[in-house]
Amino acid sequence: MNRTLLEVRGLRKSFGALLASDDVDLEVLEGETHAIIGPNGAGKTTLISQLAGNLFPDRGRVLFAGEDITALSAPARARRGFARSFQITSIYPDFTVLENVMLAVQAHSGSSFRFWRPAREEASLRSPASAILEEVGLAGRSGVLAANLAHGEQRALEIATALATRPRLLLLDEPVAGMGVEETQRMIALLSFLKGGKTLILVEHDMDAVFSLADRISVLVYGRIIATGAPEEIRVNPEVRRAYLGEEVAA
Amino acid sequence: MNSRIRAIVPAAGLVLLAAVPLAAALLDQPFYLDLVRRIMIFAIAALSLNLILGYGGMISFGHAAYLGVGAYAVGVLAHYGIHNGFLQWALAIGASALVALAIGAVSIRTSGVYFIMITLAFTQMLYYLGISIEEYGGDDGMRLQVKSQFPGLIDLNDANAFYYLVLAILVLALFLGQRLVDSRFGMVIRAAKSNEVRTRSIGFSPYPYRLAAFVIAGAVCGLAGALLVNHTAYLTPEFMNWTRSGELMFMVILGGMESIAGPVLGAFALLLLEDALSGWTQHWQLVLGPLLVLSVLFLKRGLAGLLFAENE
Repeated sequence: MNRTLLEVRGLRKSFGALLASDDVDLEVLEGETHAIIGPNGAGKTTLISQLAGNLFPDRGRVLFAGEDITALSAPARARRGFARSFQITSIYPDFTVLENVMLAVQAHSGSSFRFWRPAREEASLRSPASAILEEVGLAGRSGVLAANLAHGEQRALEIATALATRPRLLLLDEPVAGMGVEETQRMIALLSFLKGGKTLILVEHDMDAVFSLADRISVLVYGRIIATGAPEEIRVNPEVRRAYLGEEVAA
Repeated sequence: MNSRIRAIVPAAGLVLLAAVPLAAALLDQPFYLDLVRRIMIFAIAALSLNLILGYGGMISFGHAAYLGVGAYAVGVLAHYGIHNGFLQWALAIGASALVALAIGAVSIRTSGVYFIMITLAFTQMLYYLGISIEEYGGDDGMRLQVKSQFPGLIDLNDANAFYYLVLAILVLALFLGQRLVDSRFGMVIRAAKSNEVRTRSIGFSPYPYRLAAFVIAGAVCGLAGALLVNHTAYLTPEFMNWTRSGELMFMVILGGMESIAGPVLGAFALLLLEDALSGWTQHWQLVLGPLLVLSVLFLKRGLAGLLFAENE
């Protein structure tokens, strides 16, 4: 049995009267792809933001590789091996594709209080960045401004940026959102390629993506996790069917 | 073509600037030497502001503070009979850096309109401090009786020598500025401007980088202040007036925030225009104002955008 990489205990977050995370318990094992699904407004993005340190919980704890990281900021978590992609694409539009990825490499290789040497001339930043762009299929686009990429390419760039930080845990917030069929297939292929080598948390609406990628699935409804299990268990879980999957699975 | 323009324009600019003392002597118009030297000093100040404004996205509305601190550092030492230029200028740079550290440490915790107002408020405090200290002339200011002394090295009373010193410092600032924005450090402050959330998510806390940039910009502007007080041979709290901060911002925006040389173009355009219009009519600001509005509306990337058009 794999050991636990991320452990969430009794996480609670409210915005006024809205309870967005209601005593969430979650356990993510090293090497697994763990999907979090749930209807709109279930609190998926709120949960992932608390995991990444972009939001802080009112109560509860987040443990990463045994260390309590509940109070750590997003950059501090990133340095410990968290990487995330955002539901709304978050890149540097005015940097080239290569610069986007090189900067993420830079964040994890030595001090950035260096004022003299042009960063673009550093082979130790450039070659890992190029290798990652190769991996995600953007090698031919490295000199293009990120703003000029197609939507699907920008999503792939965001994954590349996350990978460049050499993360232990990758948090993906709806990686196929807004994509066409072909782009979605390409992204699923990319994620299956990453899967296994990395621990992934996948928040996703697209059930094809979830059921083809996830080792385990947690179902979030009104801020509560109502079930966690293998895809086939989740598919037949009556509570899940009632709360969420309903007609989509029955059909 | 574009890359050739990129190489030719700075070289041509440098040759033109280097020829100004000769031209002024031939035409017997020493006034031009004075004018261009003053413009270059403001160009250094504007260039320093652009490091945080254009590259760092920190809209500091108080950058004139460091012009003032640099000028007062020289003026106050001279007031007590210390005329050594190395000491004076080192104090100008050091004191500006310290003031920038204090102002930056507080203001960089805020953002948007709060950042603008806090930097403005700090500068106004320094302005009123300058007005209130009678020992240093209060709001009348005081004369700099003796210019900074660099024995055996350079005599600032020699107008040409002083001119070339300012030109050399400007060129050095351009060169170092370009190194800075291309370096690892420069990439981080540009990234934090472009997308702060992404920058935090890959592992950078922007604060220390922004603060360091703020201090560097303040120190360089402090040096410009030391040059300015030697140039005018006079010192007043007006150096720190908020309108002065506004002028520096305008030079940056007019010249272009996306290149190191942009603010230099902005300084030349603004101050030459000001000079030409004020010679023509007393109400020159009525003409300058609309011209500036038009330039902001139609030159999105400033004058530098016209000269160094990117081929994307």
